[in-house]
Amino acid sequence: MVAKGPGDAPVVLEMQGITKRFPGVLANDHVDFDVRSGEVHTLFGENGAGKSTLMSILYGLHRADEGVTLLDGEPVTIGSPAEAIRLGIGMIHQHFMLVPTLTVAENVSLGLASTRGPLKDTRRVSQRIEELSSAYGIRVNPAAAVWQLSVGERQRVEIIKALYREARLLILDEPTAVLTPGEVDDLFRVLAQMRSDGRSMVFISHKLREVLALSDRITVLRAGRNVGTVLPAEVSEERLAELMVGRHIGAERPSPQGPSPAGEALLRVRDLVVRGDRGADTVTGVSLDVRAGEIVGIAGVSGNGQRELAEAIACLRSPSRGTIRVGGVDLAGRNAAGARRAGLGFVPEERMRDGVIGDFSVSENLMLVDAAKAAFSRWGFLRGRSIRSYCAERVSTFDVRTPGLETPTRNLSGGNIQKLILARELSGNPKVLLVAQPTRGIDVAATRYIHERLREQARKGIAVLVVSEDLDEVINLADRILVMYEGRIIGEAGARTTTREALGLMLAGVAAAPAGAAAGSSAG
Amino acid sequence: MSHFFTYAILTATIASGIQYTAPFLLAALGETLGQRSGVLNLGVDGIMLLGAFSTYYVAYRTGDLGLALVAGLATGAVLGLLTAFMSVTLNAEQGISGIGVYILALGLTDLLFVKLVGTPTPIKPLMGLDIGLLDRIPAVGRMFFHQNALIYVAFLLVPVLGFVLYRTTYGTKVLACGENPAAADSLGINVHRIRYSAVIAGSTMAGLAGATLLINYGIFQENLTQSAGFIAVALVYFGAWKPGGVMAGSLLYGIVTAVIFQWKSLGIIPVSDADLAATAPAVITVLALLSVGRRFRQPSALAKPYVRGA
Ligand SMILES: Nc1ncnc2c1ncn2[C@@H]1O[C@H](COP(=O)(O)OP(=O)(O)OP(=O)(O)O)[C@@H](O)[C@H]1O
Ligand SMILES: [Mg+2]
Repeated sequence: MVAKGPGDAPVVLEMQGITKRFPGVLANDHVDFDVRSGEVHTLFGENGAGKSTLMSILYGLHRADEGVTLLDGEPVTIGSPAEAIRLGIGMIHQHFMLVPTLTVAENVSLGLASTRGPLKDTRRVSQRIEELSSAYGIRVNPAAAVWQLSVGERQRVEIIKALYREARLLILDEPTAVLTPGEVDDLFRVLAQMRSDGRSMVFISHKLREVLALSDRITVLRAGRNVGTVLPAEVSEERLAELMVGRHIGAERPSPQGPSPAGEALLRVRDLVVRGDRGADTVTGVSLDVRAGEIVGIAGVSGNGQRELAEAIACLRSPSRGTIRVGGVDLAGRNAAGARRAGLGFVPEERMRDGVIGDFSVSENLMLVDAAKAAFSRWGFLRGRSIRSYCAERVSTFDVRTPGLETPTRNLSGGNIQKLILARELSGNPKVLLVAQPTRGIDVAATRYIHERLREQARKGIAVLVVSEDLDEVINLADRILVMYEGRIIGEAGARTTTREALGLMLAGVAAAPAGAAAGSSAG
Repeated sequence: MSHFFTYAILTATIASGIQYTAPFLLAALGETLGQRSGVLNLGVDGIMLLGAFSTYYVAYRTGDLGLALVAGLATGAVLGLLTAFMSVTLNAEQGISGIGVYILALGLTDLLFVKLVGTPTPIKPLMGLDIGLLDRIPAVGRMFFHQNALIYVAFLLVPVLGFVLYRTTYGTKVLACGENPAAADSLGINVHRIRYSAVIAGSTMAGLAGATLLINYGIFQENLTQSAGFIAVALVYFGAWKPGGVMAGSLLYGIVTAVIFQWKSLGIIPVSDADLAATAPAVITVLALLSVGRRFRQPSALAKPYVRGA
């Protein structure tokens, strides 16, 4: 241990020699980890490095094969979340842990004793939520049903849940992966306040910028082992990325800015209107072209119609007006398989829900689309050997880290699931590739890898449309950036002529600059 | 037909419709509770059957209807425990384990009936219970307020279940386990314990449904339930997992059954078509409910075993 925390605050948590094995994987390998009172201690590491596993052990969701956990110097065994909660530990999970059909108040008070015995005490709970939300500046409506909330609002409910239980040690597993820049700022403000209350936090994120801004200490995990603890003041983004993968990887080189490719427009969208889940139109007249060899980025704060736009193009949602053409073929009335036949590859935003079948093995997921193809089936029966060699080739080409081809896909880490989907979607030689949030929750190295793959596809003459809420990503990756706001494209920017700040303003609907150059010059 | 005659037939039909409704309602409410916690119990029909038999047997031996009812309830609880053990502890495929319980209970009932009873004799009926002066209200009084106590219990359980699900902390836990057990677990709720309790309570209601059926008939016979338990499972789906919806479906089913029966005894339906007519309640109810149903989503975790960390 090199680093010292804030002052010399007492250590509240100590995990010593934690080891956890899963079939074919050593997820944690004698990990030592400690947290001091009133500090934010970040766990940083590649997808699959074992961060969530370590924290799941702390929260009683997994049992360590070896090692001890001490709270305030006392050894404890945490066999279930109920015990973790009793000990004052709270966890915000990588995937939301909310019951969509219940209200905010019901979700927050779930599992806690009521002041009215067996009856719910909705009024009191709501009151307490209001108190917490004004004390911490977190806006939530206790009476709203969770299914109606946006992603950012759901995250706020998760925070309130932890505050309500008076957690003194809060684990935040990638809380920012799905938040917009503004929401991240809000979250950090709340966390700073919690820290000044003397609460401790374990923070997990793949975003270097955030990690350096928020942490008191940073511990890096690599392949299940603790490879060192550093102070943010001592390291650069680049050095941190290096520590993570164990070799020099350099800064990402943005896509070279040539003259816009003059290829044929392979994706043509005209006057598209799409209705959202809640009945209102969320895409209100979008027209765009993506040419062969071009990467177009759609930037926007979540909830401005990007998801519905992507789903409409993938034929998962039927538009109420407008046309979509892929390579000249009109997609009207087609289903997802029809869109695929027309030459569309699609990587969905909700990977676990729409991209893979979690209980299926890696090879089954790779074959989901190709199974009908002649090489792999004969008279309707699948041919085992050729499938295996094909899948092995795909897995190694796309660097999918998995114990085996037969491993259930849900056991893969997030980044590896994403690579798996890309491996599948790019295998059909699509004309148009539509990718939603390509690197959400994905580590720095894998992000670069995925970006490189997308650029390579563009060079091969595929038209690539990337929908992303991550500004750095669109700026790095796209040739052209379209900004979406309240269901429309409100501006276009050349990726190399705009800045993060200028783009940020456009996203908020502030400066609807007509051209990239104007937006670029308005930035500080 | 005179007005008076039509009128009398109508009230009698509705009264018997309400009586027919009760067992379906009890079983379907019990199934609703289990499904809301995330467990599909397809063994209801078997539980009803064995519950009816044990009620009959105790009544036949002791003549004590109260004791007989306890036997019916206990049978439901024990089979509920078995169902929960397979579905929750062993993580069995719930469609299959439910059918297993059904077959077990069916076989056991037949065996016990032949061994212990042989030739059945009727038990003494449970008398109609008049509520206050309400039964004196013309027509309506006879229809609604001159039924046996079990019928009132069945209908009373509708608001009770609604209250439990929507107004108590236990109910919220049940709903959470049925929608997102991982979230419930992460908040320290013992998912297995909640599911056990819901399945056992639900199966106890199925046992009561069997007892009610038996008391309505007054005598046990083979295949007494005639798949009523399976109909009850369907009523849960079409009632959108809501106590009120389930009641509406059960009432429709019960009243159509009564009407068909009435028409048969009045000769409106010829004897030759009797078998065909017997399928009418199921067909009509399913059609009617199909037209309103299917807009509702089932509990997200229905029939999915919960394994922590998987
Ligand atoms: N329930 C499980 N069963 C089997 N293997 C698992 C399970 N959970 C995790 N693993 C494996 O353990 C390793 C560590 O996973 P973990 O989820 O801790 O990674 P992580 O560091 O949180 O990654 P990410 O940044 O993608 O969230 C991975 O190889 C993963 O495939
Ligand atoms: Mg993780």
